[in-house]
Amino acid sequence: MEALVSIIIGVLTACGVYLALRGHTFPVVLGLTFLSYAVNLFLLVMGRLTIGSPPIIAEGMSGYADPLPQALVLTAIVISFGMTAFVIVLALKAHLEMGNDHVDGKHKS
Amino acid sequence: MALQYSLFVALNYFHFMNLSLVALTPFIGAVFVALVSRLGRLHAAWGAGAVALLALAILSPLMVDTFAGQVFVQRISWMPMLGLDIVFRLDGLGLLFALMILCIGLLIILYARYYLSEHDDMGRFYAYLLLFMGSMLGIVLSENIIQMLIFWELTSLSSFLLISYWQTRQESRVGARMALAVTGGGGLALLGGFLLLGEIVGSYDLSVILASADVIQNHSLYLPMLVLVLLGAFTKSAQFPFHFWLPNAMAAPTPVSAYLHSATMVKAGVFLLARMFPALSGTPEWFWLVCITGLTTLVFGAYVAMFKDDLKGLLAYSTISHLGLITLLFGIGTPLAAVAGVFHIINHAIFKASLFMAAGIIHHETGTRDMRVLSGLWKYMPHTALLAMVAAASMAGVPLFNGFLSKEMFFAETLFVVNEPWGWLLPTAATMAGIFAVAYSLRFIHTVFFHGEPTGLPKKPHEPPRWMKVPVEILVFLCLLVGILPALTVEPILAVAATSVLQGPLPPHDLAIWHGFNTALVMSIIALVGGVLAYLGRRPLAAFQERIDKKLEFRRFYDHLLGKLFKYSGKITRALDTHSLQRMVFVFISFVLVLGMTGFWGSEFTLTGDRALLPIDSVSALMTLIIVFAAIATVIMHRERLIALILLGAVGLGVALVFVKFSAPDLALTQLSVEVVTVILILLALYFLPQRSPKESSTLLRSRDAVIATVAGGSVAVLVWAVLTRPYQTIADYFLENSLPGGGGTNVVNVILVDFRGYDTLGEITVLALAGLGIYAMVDRLKLSGSLHDAEDRPWDKNIHPVIMASFSRLLLPLALLVSMYILLRGHNLPGGGFIAGLVTAVALVMQYLANGVIWTQERIPTNMHVVIGAGLFIATITGIASWLFGYPFLTSTFTHIHWPIIGEFELASAMAFDLGVYLVVVSATLLILIHLGMVHSQSHLAKPRKRIR
Repeated sequence: MEALVSIIIGVLTACGVYLALRGHTFPVVLGLTFLSYAVNLFLLVMGRLTIGSPPIIAEGMSGYADPLPQALVLTAIVISFGMTAFVIVLALKAHLEMGNDHVDGKHKS
Repeated sequence: MALQYSLFVALNYFHFMNLSLVALTPFIGAVFVALVSRLGRLHAAWGAGAVALLALAILSPLMVDTFAGQVFVQRISWMPMLGLDIVFRLDGLGLLFALMILCIGLLIILYARYYLSEHDDMGRFYAYLLLFMGSMLGIVLSENIIQMLIFWELTSLSSFLLISYWQTRQESRVGARMALAVTGGGGLALLGGFLLLGEIVGSYDLSVILASADVIQNHSLYLPMLVLVLLGAFTKSAQFPFHFWLPNAMAAPTPVSAYLHSATMVKAGVFLLARMFPALSGTPEWFWLVCITGLTTLVFGAYVAMFKDDLKGLLAYSTISHLGLITLLFGIGTPLAAVAGVFHIINHAIFKASLFMAAGIIHHETGTRDMRVLSGLWKYMPHTALLAMVAAASMAGVPLFNGFLSKEMFFAETLFVVNEPWGWLLPTAATMAGIFAVAYSLRFIHTVFFHGEPTGLPKKPHEPPRWMKVPVEILVFLCLLVGILPALTVEPILAVAATSVLQGPLPPHDLAIWHGFNTALVMSIIALVGGVLAYLGRRPLAAFQERIDKKLEFRRFYDHLLGKLFKYSGKITRALDTHSLQRMVFVFISFVLVLGMTGFWGSEFTLTGDRALLPIDSVSALMTLIIVFAAIATVIMHRERLIALILLGAVGLGVALVFVKFSAPDLALTQLSVEVVTVILILLALYFLPQRSPKESSTLLRSRDAVIATVAGGSVAVLVWAVLTRPYQTIADYFLENSLPGGGGTNVVNVILVDFRGYDTLGEITVLALAGLGIYAMVDRLKLSGSLHDAEDRPWDKNIHPVIMASFSRLLLPLALLVSMYILLRGHNLPGGGFIAGLVTAVALVMQYLANGVIWTQERIPTNMHVVIGAGLFIATITGIASWLFGYPFLTSTFTHIHWPIIGEFELASAMAFDLGVYLVVVSATLLILIHLGMVHSQSHLAKPRKRIR
């Protein structure tokens, strides 16, 4: 299972990095979204993998998943939404002001 | 926790009248004054006066014991584990300076009220002045030296604001920047010195440092530490060769010059010398460094002052010279010299503040400060002339005035090395400086008030308003009082201040005008006679000065250095900033990769650890395949933006499933709802953006990016693998054990969010609120015309709100809201909570907008989202503050179980109120963002598109 998680996070990171290196705003926004997926997963699994024991206190349960990374990631998801929203609106505004959607505000061929 | 706790402690301390309040009052007062100035021009002046009086009133109960020799130390715990406390100290030296700062400050406040013209913003002036006053008080009342340094830098900053008060004038801005650069740079050196000092002594507390002279002076780091500390003191006190900022700071309004550049700010440097005197002085290094600097400054300043045509320029160089004198006295290092140094600090503050004020009056009433134009004012303003003459006589060291007493003590002290080889140099140079001082004082008086009739003045001169002269009169009266009856007036405060400088018994000293016919008196007489002669023979001297004038301009050197600095930093910036985000991101990622890999290769590192692995099941393997496939497909299809977005959504859902698999139901719910909102948002934006990305990168560039992306992804995968195969220690047990008994909830993740780490959550919802408001600011009143066609040139469907969807969404709304309420309420015990419930509500409402159109929905939900955001933050903060009222740290939660009829037992936790705040912020910020993007849309539907944006 650990291998699968490593592969998922690795692929998400690779896709994120590639898209973040593009020259137009839209792919860069997609890339940032990928990177936030990767980072959120990364943070979660720092508490190691636990299956079938969510950190909800109940009678008769012995082990729980680490709640701390989960709490961190929960707010991180919401914050990354805020960031994505901000960046996409910024891209929109830049497109309107500059007349193109290149990340540096200029056309390149 | 530590921060929350100390905030609480600090609040408790407010109940006492205490030392810290003396320094804090002006800071609070600055805000108050800035606010009351809106009510009327003069309110600011009255307010500032009241604030200074209040600080004085808080200080006064402590004065009696301080005079009796007691040292007050007030300690407020801040970060005790790091040895960082907020500590204030009041001893004789601190008291002397605090009194000078507050009393002269009061006079300046009165004076400035008449000095400032109707065009000047009084509120801003007095607010800055109080900021400065507070910073200065902070320096002189600090026990912890790091804390002292913070106030030290605050004086640099607030004096920057004061010097550049007339912002429209170029010279003000240049002067202010120069003062900040020099004194701020010195502050950095001082920080280094203080850190070394703290290392040497093992404490940042003054009481420990002052008692550790032996340890300090025998330490190998003594010399570098001393040099750094002295750099701080010398730059602040405008010692040669850092003196040039002071004359340039004369661009400030004259009340500022009178306050900062005579009585307070420049005195901070000599205060530091006095404060550190017991710990650092007494070594050859101290003697040579401080003496040579002081002596050079003394003579140089006095010499240049003779040739300045600007009244304030003359006073500025005279100030430099007198500061040199004080520095020299501390450098000489005998106990009596230190007493003389403290005495001269007092005298100089009194006569120089009054002279600056007199110069300001002259400027105010004649329109010029140029001594080549000014003359014969005696006839027009005899009262002012008399006041200026007394103060100038004191500056020159004429008997019966206070300056004479300390100057004569100074002359006497210069004689102690006279029997050494070259020992005659010191008294000779001192006498020379005395001659120059008499000459420039005489010039000030003779040129301005006599010397023929005034011709060509911009204004017809007359006496200033009555109250403008009062501060000068008070100070001049003090000059006389101290000068004639020193033992009865200044002796007590001098004694207690000098005792705390020496940290030991006071040497026998006799404050009297007549000490018999001794060498010091001879030197005084030579200075007086020589000064008159020098003034009479000033023409040949001036001609000589004319020739070497340019060489003495240190400002040119500074400008040269600054120019070079700008040039090279510009070059570095241009070399690093390539104006291309792509290249910067590439450099950034490559750098991180190289950094990480070097770390890997350097160590004895096995890739796989010894933790037992979980078995792979087929469903998980399939899901992994789907996620990987969708992610790679997104990249391949990224130029077809709509398709890429759909694929991205699939990846997001896959991530949510990963959260489900690994026991994180809260995360899965959050991810799911965020995914919906994100996709809607990007869709809205995509409508206005080009539907396709053009092919812009060359194949080479794309291959390069593919390689670096693969390397980055591979490294992260390896890193994750390495971590996951290793055992680890967690701090989670604490949360798991205390969640139910301490936080009253079984959902540990939610309890962490709203209770254990509530402070973080409060910060996070604030960030979200700000993002929402920022987006609102960007799209408000934005009018965009979207395309009427899709990427394939097919026209959009005219029926934008299908009836079936509209009807269903309306039916679903109550249900969705019910679900979100349920999620909110159960969050403390089962997966859910404010974040998730907020997102679900937002999605439910956004669906109405999508299905029924913005206008239709806006009419039915007319809520102003700004108010809801504010309400959410308010509720969350109030919940935190409420715990203060019960004497608990910020955001301590409490809970109870109550029995409701029908429903049964029900838990009520204060954390639920906090979660409600979170909920409101999430709902309103999300809606604010989406609705306003949607509004842009609806306008584009109504407006005729002018041209197609591709």
